[in-house]
Amino acid sequence: MHHRIACLGGIYSNHLALEQALLDIARRGADQIICLGDLGAFGPHPDRVFPLLAEYEVTCLQGNYDDSIGNALDDCQCGYTDPQDNHFAQISYDYTLANTSDTNRRFLRQLPSQLRMELGPLRILFCHGSPRRVNEFLWQSTTSTAFLERLAIEHEADVLAATHTGIKWHRPLQHGRHFVNVGCLGRPENDGNQNVWYTMLEMRERQLQVEFVPVEYNIRQLVHEMRQEQLPSEFIETILSGWWTTCLEILPSKERLRGPH
Amino acid sequence: MNVEHPPSVSLASLDQLWFQVAGTLCNLTCHHCFISCSPHNRSFGFLTLKTVKQRLEEARTLGVKEYYFTGGEPFLNPEMTAILVETLRYGPATVLTNGTVWKDAWLKTLTQAEQASEYSLEFRVSIDGFSAQTNDPIRGAGTFDRALQGIQRLVEAGFLPIITATRTWPESREIEVLQAFRQTLVDAGYHRARLKILPSLKIGAEEQRTGGYGSLDRVTTAMLENYDHSQLICHQSRIVTDRGVHVCPILIDAPDSLLSQSLEGAAVDFPLRHGACYTCYQYGSICANPSTAFASQTGPTSASQSHT
Repeated sequence: MHHRIACLGGIYSNHLALEQALLDIARRGADQIICLGDLGAFGPHPDRVFPLLAEYEVTCLQGNYDDSIGNALDDCQCGYTDPQDNHFAQISYDYTLANTSDTNRRFLRQLPSQLRMELGPLRILFCHGSPRRVNEFLWQSTTSTAFLERLAIEHEADVLAATHTGIKWHRPLQHGRHFVNVGCLGRPENDGNQNVWYTMLEMRERQLQVEFVPVEYNIRQLVHEMRQEQLPSEFIETILSGWWTTCLEILPSKERLRGPH
Repeated sequence: MNVEHPPSVSLASLDQLWFQVAGTLCNLTCHHCFISCSPHNRSFGFLTLKTVKQRLEEARTLGVKEYYFTGGEPFLNPEMTAILVETLRYGPATVLTNGTVWKDAWLKTLTQAEQASEYSLEFRVSIDGFSAQTNDPIRGAGTFDRALQGIQRLVEAGFLPIITATRTWPESREIEVLQAFRQTLVDAGYHRARLKILPSLKIGAEEQRTGGYGSLDRVTTAMLENYDHSQLICHQSRIVTDRGVHVCPILIDAPDSLLSQSLEGAAVDFPLRHGACYTCYQYGSICANPSTAFASQTGPTSASQSHT
């Protein structure tokens, strides 16, 4: 039985943020470290995250991006319809596919899509998008509490933990249940700040504590690597400004209004 | 193909609940309207706030994810603002409007309600084409300018309306048309326009204009093999009208669309026997917002290939 579990959302090839998060988790101590998928995308040198995940014994789930890269599918399965969003998503996808080794692609292919674990008396179900679909977006502003209650009951979980949207949020449900979107390490969450996030789940005084932990990392180094790899300037702008510049179509109005784009 | 025994689709999960909140009453008479709404069409009536509240309670017990309101023109319903304010207590709300009838006081109330809610209130404003020359022949004289003013008022009130247009242009001109569309909206002060393009549905008034569906425009059992059913509205939605609960927002005029008087009772299989089902199959997720639509996981490479 665990008492403290560290949760990593989408890494999107940001090996520098991943390393800082793992160092912080090691300092604090955790019984388990779980990554909820989307190891690649967006950032430079996708192969650099894999040794870190192995070194820190991170248990990984398969996100939609990992399924696509592992199986060399045509795209990332995010489902954009806007031509501009598809343009940038494809640049990111083609780069990541071309720069992920066969060994790492084999690793991605064999990852599970979900994982169950106990935290104290709580049954946690870890997934990528939602328990029923790897690429379902569960945004805070477009997901009713009644729907989350239904998912938790149908999937026999006290805590549902997901990522995929790239923006953290937490909603307590009835009967001590919870939904937690653990956020992501790969890029800032459209709030104008440069830091990224991971999430610590802990049982304290028989209550679930959900702590969102900000992660500072070497942004100058990341931007340098992204420029060297000729990744789009729009991606670099997001890293520097904290505002999303691409793939905006899938944001609901509340989440999109937080940013200027 | 087997028209006599069309394939059926089950309701996998009631995620989206629609309300035909203004019945078929509309201040406009668009030539492509798939349920022939007009200032004189009262075949479906308004839903009252009381009815909507009862349905929201019913929906809560079933775990509905989000709510959509359509008509007709929803804001002809005198209780529309109160209905949206109430809905935001239950979940996210989206209202489909032509943008030509609302009042500043309503927008003020809705802005406050949206800010106080954890949920999004989305406006989907319909216009067709990027100029009065393309829009007005379809939607009526002067409607382009009025809709554009409506969009400006929404943007000024702090909303980010989703602008929807029915594709009445050839797909080969899509990029050019959308660029011009965006530019028109930028010129009107909407700098980050969200667009949703809908396929034309050849039923209702649009049937008169296009000649309707051919007998081969039907979904077959073979076409559903390896097809991601979540692309079909009836797989995760139902709609409430003043007659009861129907299968989807597109087919309410069809007698077989009325499934039950209760949401729970409407969780029955539906045979895809209509031409409009074929359009839904072809394009996928045509009614949901982009933030919630499922990306197809195993969809056909193209409808025409699957139809052979």
